[in-house]
Amino acid sequence: MSVPVRKFDAVIVGAGGAGLRAAIQLSEAGLRTAVISKVFPTRSHTVAAQGGVAASLGNSEEDHWHWHMYDTVKGSDWLGDQDAIEFMCRKANEVVIELEHYGMPFDRLDSGKIYQRPFGGHMSNFGEKPVRRSCAAADRTGHAMLHAMYQRNVKANTQFFIEWMALDLIRDEEGDVVGVTAMEMETGEVFVFHAKAVLFATGGAGRIYYSSTNAFINTGDGVGMAARAGIPLEDMEFWQFHPTGVAGAGVLITEGVRGEGGILRNASGERFMERYAPNAKDLASRDVVSRAMVTEINEGRGCGPNKDHVMLDITHLDPATIMKRLPGIREIGIQFAGVDAIKEPLPVVPTCHYQMGGIPTNYNGEVVVPKDGNPSVPVKGFYAAGECACASVHGANRLGTNSLLDLLVFGKSSGESMVEFIKSQPAAHKPLPANAADFSLSRINRLDNQKDGAAVGATRLAMQRTMQAHCGVFRFKDMLAEGVSKILDIEQQVATTEIKDKSKVFNTARLEALELDNLIEVAKATIVSANARTESRGAHVRDDATDTPERPDGRDDVNWLKHTLWHREGNRLDYKPVNMKPLTVDTIALKKRAY
Amino acid sequence: MDDAANDQTVNMGRLRWHCRRGLLELDLVLQRVIDRGLLEELSEQQRAELFELLHYDDITLLAIVSGRAECEEPRLKGMVDLLRSV
Repeated sequence: MSVPVRKFDAVIVGAGGAGLRAAIQLSEAGLRTAVISKVFPTRSHTVAAQGGVAASLGNSEEDHWHWHMYDTVKGSDWLGDQDAIEFMCRKANEVVIELEHYGMPFDRLDSGKIYQRPFGGHMSNFGEKPVRRSCAAADRTGHAMLHAMYQRNVKANTQFFIEWMALDLIRDEEGDVVGVTAMEMETGEVFVFHAKAVLFATGGAGRIYYSSTNAFINTGDGVGMAARAGIPLEDMEFWQFHPTGVAGAGVLITEGVRGEGGILRNASGERFMERYAPNAKDLASRDVVSRAMVTEINEGRGCGPNKDHVMLDITHLDPATIMKRLPGIREIGIQFAGVDAIKEPLPVVPTCHYQMGGIPTNYNGEVVVPKDGNPSVPVKGFYAAGECACASVHGANRLGTNSLLDLLVFGKSSGESMVEFIKSQPAAHKPLPANAADFSLSRINRLDNQKDGAAVGATRLAMQRTMQAHCGVFRFKDMLAEGVSKILDIEQQVATTEIKDKSKVFNTARLEALELDNLIEVAKATIVSANARTESRGAHVRDDATDTPERPDGRDDVNWLKHTLWHREGNRLDYKPVNMKPLTVDTIALKKRAY
Repeated sequence: MDDAANDQTVNMGRLRWHCRRGLLELDLVLQRVIDRGLLEELSEQQRAELFELLHYDDITLLAIVSGRAECEEPRLKGMVDLLRSV
């Protein structure tokens, strides 16, 4: 069946920070560039980033990209590729200054230079003491960044397709990427976007978990499309969690609440942190607190009808102190937990926040796959940047403020690579394969004709609850293995989802079913990869990988200093080496990660 | 389906989709509006007001919905009150 075809030099899927940054590069080079987005660009999830963007500008005190690089390698628990990390840290100043020139309203020092503040894990002189490295625009850095880059794109004549959902990647018989299919929400019509180069900048997939800080749009669309197109996914077992999100909602409760005297309690009201961290108690580090919470829940001491959360109690604090020191907490409790925190404890649970793994790329933003014994061969015409990509700079754990830096640096570098690639190609596009849209059309046709199938909402919830219980912040061997089999069962239900509303126009039921097709790929990749990795590293922490002198904190460099690659076909895993060789400096040698 | 009915379907679908935001907090509040069937109960005028509110950027809209800021358009007060109450 033929569908309308639109032809561009470059097509970008996703209009958050990475997509917008890449689009600037392409449009300003005079290339015809389309950006496809489910929502208006300034409503992308980048808007939620508050902390700032890391760059060793040294405006407030001495700083150096090499120190930033050291912190990032250490933060990654040595799973990050050191060439990509050097590239990112060296490029940081350039991309931040460019952003300033685009009109980004950074906070400033009296001298007029960009103000910088300290942020967890960012240190001077190779881990010596905290350094002021984060550049922010009050608490709305992501918001200001999106606005500045959207305006720049409008000026550069980038063509936006807003309220369109990309469906599938189009590869020709040589495996080269030549476009995507996408659905216009207003009409339900499917189009082919024929391009010389395609960039995925679709963000993370935090909605695979029951408790997530991610907005509902974060459904891993690019990651799912890549997996369906035969691209392996890298290091998907690594997800960053925050210990205290409101149970059932995901909204974050700042660590400041425990700093002001908040106490975590289990179902019998016990202050359980006294058993896990007798000295620091509720103020122990994030991972210790998260681990204790999960242990309480797993051992049946959780609260609520499903015993799936614990309580954060501030009822013993003076209400005046709460109102003065923690003004937003009462509001969050009332709005998202139905609880007045002055009178009752808040239900909390470790909550998924950021996806470290993704579509494998090099530091030029080119998607790379194993081929003929080489672990990283570029796929012609295919690029990825931002949270959906794995360059890999965050390795097993991301440092705060490095995510906005990631999307600026790799948004730009992928844009530059695409410009170079497109200009090297013949004037005519590579032909589309015959029936390029058939796969997407068959997926929609299946949905429209499904009888006696599974409900989308219930299936998604089953997946989210399984991931939360079996592959959350703290992982157990038996639970992981059981979780793999549950997720594979749920995959069968996803293949038979049924929607009652078959209408074409703005059919949100259909969109959610298509999103679930993407989420399930991410969930499979995550739990299968996590089940196989029998060490603890960064954000992947297993109960059975214990702390020994040879394996500090359970990290097993002899067997597991390598990237996971999950292949959708056959649910198969293989591995590739971590690049320990930076571009110009010496390797940052392995050691125990301690702060 | 006649044109008016078709327009209505498009508008309801678009309105529902515009409830998808960049900030989780707004998703949660707006999902309650959808789950409680309130969109269907709104008059045409109220739907237009909600559309208008949904055009605000996420940071501003969250401040309004949380009561930390007031909406600059007094005529949208009824819709703001509804979002604050769900």
